Amino acid sequence: MKFEYTITTQNFTTAGEASSNTKKTLKLLGIDSKIIRRAAIMAYEAEMNIAIHSRGGKIQLEIEAHRITIVAEDQGPGIADIDLAMKEGYSTASHEIREMGFGAGMGLPNMKRCADSFDISSTPGGKTRVVMTLNL
Amino acid sequence: MQLSDLIHHPDFDYLTPQLAVTGDIPHVRSCDLLSWVMAKGQKGEAWVTVQTHSNIVAVASLLELGCIILPESLQPDEETLQKALSSEVPLLSTSLDTYGIMQLFFQT
Ligand SMILES: Nc1ncnc2c1ncn2[C@@H]1O[C@H](COP(=O)(O)OP(=O)(O)OP(=O)(O)O)[C@@H](O)[C@H]1O
Ligand SMILES: [Mg+2]
Repeated sequence: MKFEYTITTQNFTTAGEASSNTKKTLKLLGIDSKIIRRAAIMAYEAEMNIAIHSRGGKIQLEIEAHRITIVAEDQGPGIADIDLAMKEGYSTASHEIREMGFGAGMGLPNMKRCADSFDISSTPGGKTRVVMTLNL
Repeated sequence: MQLSDLIHHPDFDYLTPQLAVTGDIPHVRSCDLLSWVMAKGQKGEAWVTVQTHSNIVAVASLLELGCIILPESLQPDEETLQKALSSEVPLLSTSLDTYGIMQLFFQT
């Protein structure tokens, strides 16, 4: 089963809908609540990163018998130094965005912590793609 | 502390009276960094924050937090209120500051 959610950049009214829909879908399928919680955190952080740091993108949710896969992909501008971006506390969020409570530099570490597998690829100027799985 | 105790407390305004209030509040957290709450927030707990935009409801709903409390008489954005109702996240505002809110939790 596959679902796809589109995320528009800088739209804080709709930001959160992809993760909310992810959670609803998994709940309907009767997935274990601990797994749902982890999936919701992963989808939320991926969604907010697309909304805040990219030109827009999408989140794909795939549910198979033994695995949930969440793929977040955007239209750039990419990440120059992935190791640095993965460090807890590192953020390039603007002052305005920080005032809204984003930009703690915890999103990517949160995703990695919740996922059973986590893979991020990005090129400066290109797209960023995060692939995360949860074992069922 | 029961959610209903907070709602009936004279220093609290219950902003989402359409929502039924049940349940115990096992814990209270004060934090304004959304990813921090996303990492640490536990189901059922009360969340005190000065953020008033609608993303706080997304966080509370995803984590199934017990309620959001806006301290020092802060008021939510209209969008936040609407989203709290549709996502069934109890939203309160209080004249108390964070210290006052914590004291209340210690007294009960
Ligand atoms: N999709 C993306 N496109 C471009 N840059 C990104 C993307 N995702 C993350 N980054 C970069 O990696 C940094 C760290 O991301 P992370 O999610 O850990 O923290 P944050 O988004 O800045 O803050 P928080 O998630 O705590 O609100 C970001 O500040 C940004 O520079
Ligand atoms: Mg982030």
